[in-house]
Amino acid sequence: MAVKDYIRQRFFPHMWCPGCGHGTILNALLRAVETLGLKKQDIVMVSGIGCSARISGYVDFHSMHTLHGRALAFATGVKMSKPELNVIVPMGDGDALAIGGNHFIHAARRNIEMTAIVMNNRIYGMTGGQFSPLSAHGSMGTTAPYGNIDHDFDVVELATAAGATFVARTTTYHVHELSDFIAQAISHKGFSVLEVLSQCPTHYGRRNRVGGAVDILKTYKNNTVRIGSDKKQENPDLIERGVFVKKELSEYCREYDRLIAREHREAE
Amino acid sequence: MEKTRFLFSGSGGQGVITAAILMAEAAVRFESLNAVQTQSYGAAARGGATRSDVIIWDKPIYFPKVTQANVLVCLTQEAFNKYQETIRPGGLLIADSGLVKNTEKIDARRMQLPMYAAVMDTIKKPVVFNLCMLGAVISATEIVSVDSVKRLIAERFAPEFHKTNEQAVDLGAALVQEFYSTGRN
Amino acid sequence: MNKTPETTETSENIKFMQGNDVCAQGALYAGVEFFAGYPITPSTEIAEQMAMQLPKHGGKFMQMEDEISSLCAIIGASLTGHKVMTATSGPGFSLMQEALGYAVMAEIPCVIVNVMRGGPSTGLPTHVGQGDVNQARYGVHGDHAIIALTASNHQDIFRMTVEAFNFAETYRTPVILLLDEMTGHLREKVVLPEPGAIPLVKRLRTAVSNGVDYHPYLPREDGRLPMSDFGEHHRYNVTGLYHDMWGFPSEDPKIVYGLIRHLFDKIENNIHQIARFRKYYLKDADILLISYGAAARSALHLVENRRRRGEKLGLLELQTLWPFPGEIIREACRNVKFTIVVEMNMGQVLEQVRLSVDTPEKIFLANRIDGELITPTDIRNIKRVIQGKGI
Repeated sequence: MAVKDYIRQRFFPHMWCPGCGHGTILNALLRAVETLGLKKQDIVMVSGIGCSARISGYVDFHSMHTLHGRALAFATGVKMSKPELNVIVPMGDGDALAIGGNHFIHAARRNIEMTAIVMNNRIYGMTGGQFSPLSAHGSMGTTAPYGNIDHDFDVVELATAAGATFVARTTTYHVHELSDFIAQAISHKGFSVLEVLSQCPTHYGRRNRVGGAVDILKTYKNNTVRIGSDKKQENPDLIERGVFVKKELSEYCREYDRLIAREHREAE
Repeated sequence: MEKTRFLFSGSGGQGVITAAILMAEAAVRFESLNAVQTQSYGAAARGGATRSDVIIWDKPIYFPKVTQANVLVCLTQEAFNKYQETIRPGGLLIADSGLVKNTEKIDARRMQLPMYAAVMDTIKKPVVFNLCMLGAVISATEIVSVDSVKRLIAERFAPEFHKTNEQAVDLGAALVQEFYSTGRN
Repeated sequence: MNKTPETTETSENIKFMQGNDVCAQGALYAGVEFFAGYPITPSTEIAEQMAMQLPKHGGKFMQMEDEISSLCAIIGASLTGHKVMTATSGPGFSLMQEALGYAVMAEIPCVIVNVMRGGPSTGLPTHVGQGDVNQARYGVHGDHAIIALTASNHQDIFRMTVEAFNFAETYRTPVILLLDEMTGHLREKVVLPEPGAIPLVKRLRTAVSNGVDYHPYLPREDGRLPMSDFGEHHRYNVTGLYHDMWGFPSEDPKIVYGLIRHLFDKIENNIHQIARFRKYYLKDADILLISYGAAARSALHLVENRRRRGEKLGLLELQTLWPFPGEIIREACRNVKFTIVVEMNMGQVLEQVRLSVDTPEKIFLANRIDGELITPTDIRNIKRVIQGKGI
């Protein structure tokens, strides 16, 4: 199947700004799905609210566009009630780590087989450029006009601590790696988190004077390294990319199926 | 039959509510009667004055709370002090004679039975104090039979406790017979 | 308590249990397959029963991280084709309002039980209240219509729980079951109906075949909207935004207007199919009581009591609170000297009754708002004051 067979062509062109990284993530996602050979009707995409959430409208899967921050909670119900489905949850900064932070850590703790793609653009784009829990200390936003005094979350560390059994990070510059990581995350038998640094030239770029899309992509190229690279020793400010966690742990839906089977055996 | 309103009281952890439920459930399931049971809830699972209301009748029961009890059961002094006013004039008080004192003033038949002491003497397990009380209550009121209660208890609790449980119910019933035969406690 | 035609008493099906457990039994009878919830007094027994029973029936129970995610999860599970339920109380019900609005907008069948306690805020966790009647109707932001049911005794709790599932499927809507602490924790007799005795409404699934355009939000002539399970061949979009017949967001004023009318009309226009109530001695009553839930037990107690003394009291017990059965109330109030609404709040149903009748000055309130069950004496005292007699 060609990549275009996975999209709802009538909704294109998409609504994202020129230069936005989210389209790159959509592209990589479709390639990953194609590589894995998944059937469209076996995939459910559940999204929340924000620029990132609009991705669910463009894919020709079962799609749910839900409430801000609650995507993982809706997705949990979908997955638990029909575990054979592949459930993918694209999320923005707020969805994943502000209003939806609690659902995020609990989905990770349960180890329910879903893929959370955190599209980290370090800002709230749809509402016009307010700082997010992923905005760095000192960065600018419309609600941080004098510089952000909050500290930001490290998505990888948080997901790891919460018990996610697959945790990875990459950027929209590293497109092949991105597609590969998405495929790995979807294939993982457990809760998988993939953080993708995604540029928002319109709001983050402009307000923080870091230039346009190309300039931000260059920072992804120059300021990130693969895990274990010597460069990180020399320059601790570099951001690591790669698969940080990949481990086996009993998966929630399978665990419940075993519980049902056990109860049935005892009842007989 | 007359509508009979029971108020069971004691302290949390004594099993007062369990006993009330067992009596009401036996009435419904094995005596073809209607019964309602409610209880006062607090945040604490143990201690404090606890209360359970039961109404048994052969007609439908709508208002489920007991405002005036035909039968007041008290297993602690605190419970007696708190609920003594609720007893209907001419009603029946069933209290533990060792744990509840100074009941003379109430206008009711007073049946003070050494339930706790008897349980500790013969069965030596304080956990069945409530079943001894239940045995006494059903024996004194003759609405629910001892057999019905035993049937329910056998169904509800693990077989290894079966003998002890029945022993406790019988002990309560025996205390009532003894009370009648001596005419006083 | 009240025998209904579907119940034949045998020693096996006579049970003595709490109202919350009866609700769980009713849900299992209705075919619930997925329950997600978060413990909260006084509703927790429903979750506990579901945790115990669902795996034995091949269903699934989840304890979520909060009430928000509980409702979200059952909405997700409903879309895969399952009958779903959650149960909560005041504070949890407040947290559910956002997702409840989503279920209204996206037309997701689901049942939400609210075992009411004293409010506002954490209020009185272990005491009875009926203060969430208006929240059930108006808690969701934006215009919408909703179905809310209630019951006063265990036989009816069973029945109304099944009805809640039936209405949810028939009208593709969330249905709220407003129980209260008193009936939820009360133990009394219930006769569990035989399988098949109460009709069940199955999920209506589309007959549109694979490859043919399926419209998840296009009502049939009878107003019902056939669904397609996630995982089946029809792929469509579900959203809380105004949407077209495919489920895709739209801001077209015609589509917006059409959808809000549809959401209202599918419920308000079927008020006679949805209205459930019990009439006691209405034919010759000259004083009418209107009540619901636990308060109706005290009202009925008083009515039976006064009837034995020759007083012509009647009771209209409401089991459908929303959509509000105004016409039925208006009819019942027409020929009585006066009406007393008996409830445990500041007059939430009273207000609706006054709006429904020709002579609102003849509608009075007997209420109790202190966490205690209103007593027959409380109601009698109000009646005597209205009649100009001393208490």
